[in-house]
Amino acid sequence: MYTSGKYSSRGPALIPRMKTKHRIYYITLFSVVLLGLIATGMFQFWPHSIESTADWTLDKRSVHDAPLIRLPVSSPIPERGDLSCRMHTCFDVYRCGYNPKNRIKVYIYPLQRFVDELGVPISSTGLSREYNDLLSAISDSDFYTDDITRACLFIPSIDVLNQNSLRIRETAQALAMLPRWDKGMNHLLFNMLPGGPPDYNTALDVPRDRALLAGGGFSTWTYRQGYDVSIPVYSPLSADVEQPEKQPGPRRYFILSSQTAIHREYRAELERLKEENGEALLLLDKCSNLSQGAASARKRCYKGQVYDYPQILQESSFCVVLRGARLGQAALSDVLQAGCVPVILADSYILPFSEVLDWKRASVVIPEEKLSEMYTILKSIPHRQVEEMQRQAHWFWEAYFSSMKAIGLTTLQIINDRIYPYAARTYEQWNNPPVVKWSSVNSPLFLPLIPPRAPGFTAVVLTYDRVESLFRVITEISKVPSLAKLLVVWNNQNKSPPEGEKKFKCPECTAIDGLSLDQTHMVERSECINKFASVFGTMPLKVVEHRADPVLYKDDFPEKLKSFPNIGSL
Amino acid sequence: MQAKKRYLLLFSAGACLVLLFCFGGIQVPLSRRGPSRRDDRSLAGYHPGARWRPLPGYLQPFSPWEQDRSDDLNEHISPRQKRDTLSGLYTGKRCRMESCFDFSLCERNGFKVYVYPQQKGEKLSDSYQNILSSIEGSRFYTPDPGQACLFVLSLDTLDRDQLSPQYVHNLKAKIQSLPLWNGGKNHIIFNLYSGTWPDYTEDLGFDIGLAMLAKASISTENFRPNFDVSIPLFSKDHPRTGGERGYLKHNTIPPYRKYMLVFKGKRYLTGIGSDTRNALYHVHNSEDVVLLTTCKHGKDWQKHKDTRCDRDNTEYDKYDYREMLYNSTFCLVPRGRRLGSFRFLEALQAACVPVMLSNGWELPFSEIIDWNTAAVIGDERLLLQIPSTVRSIHQDKILSLRQQTQFLWEAYFNSVEKIVLTTLEIIQDRVLLHTSRSNLMWNCLPGGLFTLPQYSTHLRDFPFYYAKLGIKPHPKFTAIIHVVTPLVSQSQPVMKLLVAVAKSQYCAQVMVLWNCDKPLPAKQRWPATSVPVIVIEGESKVISSRFLPYDTIPTDAVLSLDEDTVLSTTEVDFAFTVWQSFPDRIVGYPARSHFWDSNKERWGYTSKWTNDYSMVLTGAAIYHRYYHYLYTTYLPASLKTMVDQMSNCEDILMNFLVSSVSKLPPIKVTQKKQYKETMMGQSSRASRWADPDHFAQRQTCMNKFASWFGTMPLVHSQMRLDPVLFKDQVSILRKKYRDIERL
Repeated sequence: MYTSGKYSSRGPALIPRMKTKHRIYYITLFSVVLLGLIATGMFQFWPHSIESTADWTLDKRSVHDAPLIRLPVSSPIPERGDLSCRMHTCFDVYRCGYNPKNRIKVYIYPLQRFVDELGVPISSTGLSREYNDLLSAISDSDFYTDDITRACLFIPSIDVLNQNSLRIRETAQALAMLPRWDKGMNHLLFNMLPGGPPDYNTALDVPRDRALLAGGGFSTWTYRQGYDVSIPVYSPLSADVEQPEKQPGPRRYFILSSQTAIHREYRAELERLKEENGEALLLLDKCSNLSQGAASARKRCYKGQVYDYPQILQESSFCVVLRGARLGQAALSDVLQAGCVPVILADSYILPFSEVLDWKRASVVIPEEKLSEMYTILKSIPHRQVEEMQRQAHWFWEAYFSSMKAIGLTTLQIINDRIYPYAARTYEQWNNPPVVKWSSVNSPLFLPLIPPRAPGFTAVVLTYDRVESLFRVITEISKVPSLAKLLVVWNNQNKSPPEGEKKFKCPECTAIDGLSLDQTHMVERSECINKFASVFGTMPLKVVEHRADPVLYKDDFPEKLKSFPNIGSL
Repeated sequence: MQAKKRYLLLFSAGACLVLLFCFGGIQVPLSRRGPSRRDDRSLAGYHPGARWRPLPGYLQPFSPWEQDRSDDLNEHISPRQKRDTLSGLYTGKRCRMESCFDFSLCERNGFKVYVYPQQKGEKLSDSYQNILSSIEGSRFYTPDPGQACLFVLSLDTLDRDQLSPQYVHNLKAKIQSLPLWNGGKNHIIFNLYSGTWPDYTEDLGFDIGLAMLAKASISTENFRPNFDVSIPLFSKDHPRTGGERGYLKHNTIPPYRKYMLVFKGKRYLTGIGSDTRNALYHVHNSEDVVLLTTCKHGKDWQKHKDTRCDRDNTEYDKYDYREMLYNSTFCLVPRGRRLGSFRFLEALQAACVPVMLSNGWELPFSEIIDWNTAAVIGDERLLLQIPSTVRSIHQDKILSLRQQTQFLWEAYFNSVEKIVLTTLEIIQDRVLLHTSRSNLMWNCLPGGLFTLPQYSTHLRDFPFYYAKLGIKPHPKFTAIIHVVTPLVSQSQPVMKLLVAVAKSQYCAQVMVLWNCDKPLPAKQRWPATSVPVIVIEGESKVISSRFLPYDTIPTDAVLSLDEDTVLSTTEVDFAFTVWQSFPDRIVGYPARSHFWDSNKERWGYTSKWTNDYSMVLTGAAIYHRYYHYLYTTYLPASLKTMVDQMSNCEDILMNFLVSSVSKLPPIKVTQKKQYKETMMGQSSRASRWADPDHFAQRQTCMNKFASWFGTMPLVHSQMRLDPVLFKDQVSILRKKYRDIERL
């Protein structure tokens, strides 16, 4: 009341009092607008909720309202993934068609809830936050189409990111019920945590016919090269934890091991390394006094000392990423984010996006058997290289690991590149961080060719109206034996070019020599240079102090024996 | 109170608006899509207008932490045991390095390759003989099987087509009787042809056990990634070493040639692999897309003859294959009976961008070569789209594809030796995992065979990638002075040289390589300089030691000097600034030239002052430190020993090496007159230069080197680099490198 009173006392001072008719006018206006809006709103809800339930259930914004599909026990189960599948055998390329943009169209099935005959859902978690993010990102991208008939790739909205929350048989049945399933042809499944105890298969165990699998944790035996896509295991920490970017450079620890579930054999090996090399190694484990869960995920301990995770990763040059029961580890993502060079010990693991990313420039891969030699191997890498790997590692995270969106779109781009290989992204586009993209020089004529003399050269002469000097140039240059053609560009709209060789003399022309000495001319040219440099974003010109001369130039040597005797004589 | 009401009203109206937008309004445009809502509801819950929509609000995370818990549960399975079970589990078609290869054999002696001795009465084809001699001539070769990491059979496995005259019978028994066979472990088997009419299987007709395959025309289904190596199909005339250069002599812009797409080859009419070639006529337009087939092959082609055959055969005879190959932008490479065909290498060499139509062919060296940069990977199913696809490729891209064909051809394919070495290097990269090449090293000039990861895996340490990475070489150089005569006086040329070089603003360090029989002089006898001077005693006092990759070289650039070289500080400064622009080449002073002596049918060497040159003497030259490493490791012992025994030609060899890497001539910079005179005149070394034997030796060297390289890598240049105002008619005070002009 105090504040409103304050306002009312101020009101008259700010807004002049209105007359009554004005007041009525305003109130009517607002009421009309208000009524109109309410009516529109009603109209919005009303007809659609009658016309189509399927479309609108989602708008109530709850998973529980998605249409419920009951899977009969006898409904068909797809075959297990076929290991021999390749794009030319298991993928229907006709659906992608030829299009000038060279871009595949991706359809996402609407959300449905699958339950078995007893009403038990096929998944314990339903749609996860991550899968929802992934699908949202794809639906917002250029790949997306809502027209199922035009799609080249189909993505089910059945979340199979984590196999452990799935009922395998029922999930498979649900996949087979998708209207365009057609033996899994052109369907893409995303899975990050494959396999289950005790043997932890390295690919999703759900039978899936010919569907493509974007999997985190493939081994060389389950990965169908050129067909599947190896993706990272997303780390939710990257979204939760804000970290200032750390520049590449020397760090407090040399090697850091931060994973909590390392097999005791490997932990013993790491302890031994720590004994030998002391402070350079930091060997962290989970904190015994903290309970499981998200909070414990953010802390690590060493001998009672508590460290913040993932922040501690930024304090080390190298970070160990050891296989667990599964090959793919979420820790890889945390490590890359911290700009710490991952030391990957996971034999037969197919690194994420290895089809396009050059991991040799961002990581060190060591066979598990050589864990004991890790320190020596890493020590042999020069500092400058470590810094570059740090930069590269962080860039990989930023571009391809940082969000479900990044992971999803990278996967689609890789598949896109296979279908339109002639328009594929290049090695440089995939692997060069922006800094390098700006400063690198990729000459369009990169092949060292020394062209033969025979074709000669074409002279292009630009002229405005200095005909006399033009003729002088023409006369001189036409003496050159290797001149193949002479092209004069007449750059004067007000005058037509002189005809034929008769007009070799031009009486009205006055030599305007010394043009380039003109002060304003120089200023203009300086302005040009600055303008160009700002458009290029950098100064591409380079200064050199040398000049090319013939080998015997100005040497004390008989002139007639020189190939180019006249050069330099003004 | 009036005003207050008005505010309230305004506020409530605004709130309504916001609410409305949140609940319904925003959906308007979206929900209007999907016009055919009512049909096709046959499948429960689905209708075609339905679209996926994101769910806001809280959803459960998919929880990767669960991983840790499951890892804990897994505690009892020992990773070591797990590793050991691999080798029993994944064999045959599922072989990988992890399960079928014994890494421990490579640990003691590095990557060494053993070739079985040839058995009496065993005939080898020329191609296989070439493969074996390429291995024996390489730095990987060891005659001792106890040292070997990889084994190569001396039984010809190249042609496994039973109908072929080259087919070797009883291979199975012969191989099983080899004492070192060991179930095929750590063996590599080379093969070009397998299977025969009618099904052309990829089976070799004997049990290869755990051996790796280096095979042509291998299909993705049979290819064991990171275990097998796909090699190109090459003809029996493929040269053993050297190899022809690519046909591209100069770039043309725009890059289009007379034809857009061509092909000329057999058509099989029926049987495996015939469909694509049979359909080619659909795309043929006899203008810029010329795809010709002939039905004539084998004896009984008339039997299978179809209605098109006669017309196709006449059209076929109208065109010359070579003419088409050289004048086409793209060349179609459709599969034959087998997946690979000779057309592939032919197109690559001819700078005709290959358009692959061979579904399921694992392209040659696919493990390391990014074929999208040099070829168009088509799909047999989309044959009809091929013309529009190639027409849609931008000019710039064509230019780059074409140049890349030439680079790849010369780097990995133009001789049997290159194909074999590439195969071995690929396997070495797998074995020495953390010292292996990155993709960039394989796919950029000068290619993987010249980029040795044992030197460094860091791109910055090589002279080839500065521009690509947008960086510059180290801004200083290290001078290495090669000394062979004892120190007698302080006015000796070497003393003056040392002082002059150390004075250079770009000099980081001077190294004196003491290759003189007399003992090392006391430290204080060397002049005092502002940069460190390191004296190294040459171990065996041989001349090649000047090119050893000393760890004590801290810079990218090396200034190599003879003890009697006379150079001023200005000259050194200028040469170094030039080198910074050409870090992959030799930049130096006195130059020499080579020529083909047609009377004697051999290469000639000349030191005469001529209008061109192809070598720069390393007695006064700047080049990248990496070339020391290449000289020491890449070149064969035979050439280095020859150089050491003669104490001559080391500079020629270095020039051969650098030019074969860069494909470019060295760079000569201007020099003071006085220097030239001493070089040719009075100093200790001059006696050597005047000696006619010395000259004859160098002639011999040239020819020996050319035969080892298999070609003449030296390139002529007519250019000398001078300081910008050199000898120009301006005041000498305006010139930065004025000392060079002064006598």
